Amino acid sequence: MKIVIIDYGAGNIQSIKFAIQRLGYEAVLSHNPKEIIEADKVIFPGVGEASSAMKKLRASKLDTLIPTLKQPVLGICLGMQLMCKSSQEGNTLGLGIFDVEVVRFPNTVKVPQIGWNQITNLKSNLFKEIKENEHIYLVHSYYAPVCKENIAQSNYALDYSAALQKNNFFGTQFHPEKSSLVGERILNNFLAHIN
Amino acid sequence: MLTKRIIPCLDIKNGRTVKGVNFVDLRDAGDPVELAEIYAKTGADELVFLDISATEEGRRTLADLVLRVAEKVNIPFTVGGGISSVEDVDILLQNGADKVSINSSAVKNPQLINDLVAKFGSQCIVVAIDAKEVDGEWIVHLVGGKVPTELNLFDWAKEVEERGAGEILFTSMNHDGTKNGFANEALAKLSTDLNIPIIASGGAGKISHFTDAFTEGKADAALAASVFHFKEIAIKELKEELHRNAIPVRL
Repeated sequence: MKIVIIDYGAGNIQSIKFAIQRLGYEAVLSHNPKEIIEADKVIFPGVGEASSAMKKLRASKLDTLIPTLKQPVLGICLGMQLMCKSSQEGNTLGLGIFDVEVVRFPNTVKVPQIGWNQITNLKSNLFKEIKENEHIYLVHSYYAPVCKENIAQSNYALDYSAALQKNNFFGTQFHPEKSSLVGERILNNFLAHIN
Repeated sequence: MLTKRIIPCLDIKNGRTVKGVNFVDLRDAGDPVELAEIYAKTGADELVFLDISATEEGRRTLADLVLRVAEKVNIPFTVGGGISSVEDVDILLQNGADKVSINSSAVKNPQLINDLVAKFGSQCIVVAIDAKEVDGEWIVHLVGGKVPTELNLFDWAKEVEERGAGEILFTSMNHDGTKNGFANEALAKLSTDLNIPIIASGGAGKISHFTDAFTEGKADAALAASVFHFKEIAIKELKEELHRNAIPVRL
């Protein structure tokens, strides 16, 4: 299986590469369109600020490539947020794959949310053999509200989307690569049980 | 529900753990990677590696260590100690650190916080503050608490938040090493004044100290070193006790 992690200069991608290695697979880092198109699985990572990450995607024309991909694609954290319609962070348009607008947490809670929270209302094979209320690790100031593409929820001041899916596109707000055994299982589900 | 975090801290010098550790099951007690793996398996929510190397060579070893930790460890970790530039942070994040913590360099050059936040985002920038209560006022100290500054803890913490830091790691020099509990009053004031997470550090001696840091101190996370390294407190039992006290934890 050929796994490509999209390398566009936004974020901690070593950790994802290593997590995939721990599961017994190899992943390559690439921004080469041909290599990305030919991959069996694509991981779209991202940490940092939304509008500057979108600029990097546009500069490399990955913003037009990613929405046309046909194989399973997993956006992680900011990667998931960029797959949405827009983000309040830097007032940027996103890739428009998920029909939802990313907004900032209210100041009634500490922002960013940093730490381990629970996932509920699990709906996809991505969560095969994952129990309701398991803990996953998140660090974020912005969130995607609950919407029709929601496949997992979490709660911080309000219910929000912990994961999204539309056709071959998946996104997790949490970091499976940092979420201990639960995260490893979710990542393994994406690699082994999503086609 | 977002849970409270328990964070073991490993002191690192030239790529090796410094403080004696009492883990009989370790093949190499000085190997931070092996120790980190054990903590990850036994319920730590996060790890902090604090580099106390004084030399350039020691620092280069740190970047290699970060890569080796990222390869093996499946929970988030923060790296701190001697970080003073955007370039320092870049290499550590590229090698797989989730967050970096800056301390003296932020006091000397507060603009560094803004620069790091602009380049890497708030979520990975922790500002560590060492402070000591002197005649009723909390004063920020440098060099592991040896050198006093002109800064008041709460003013500095507010400025750090305004400059965009994602989290504060507060160590009370009055409590550090005493094993008499955390600085709960100061912690509670920080947690109430600010709207970013606060990590409590300094003073952990027994399980009830953690309970107090989360209830009275309103901390979001608690960090400790020797009580974990010397197995005086097992993380699993600590978290079970917190759970019994209705403090949300990941079991």
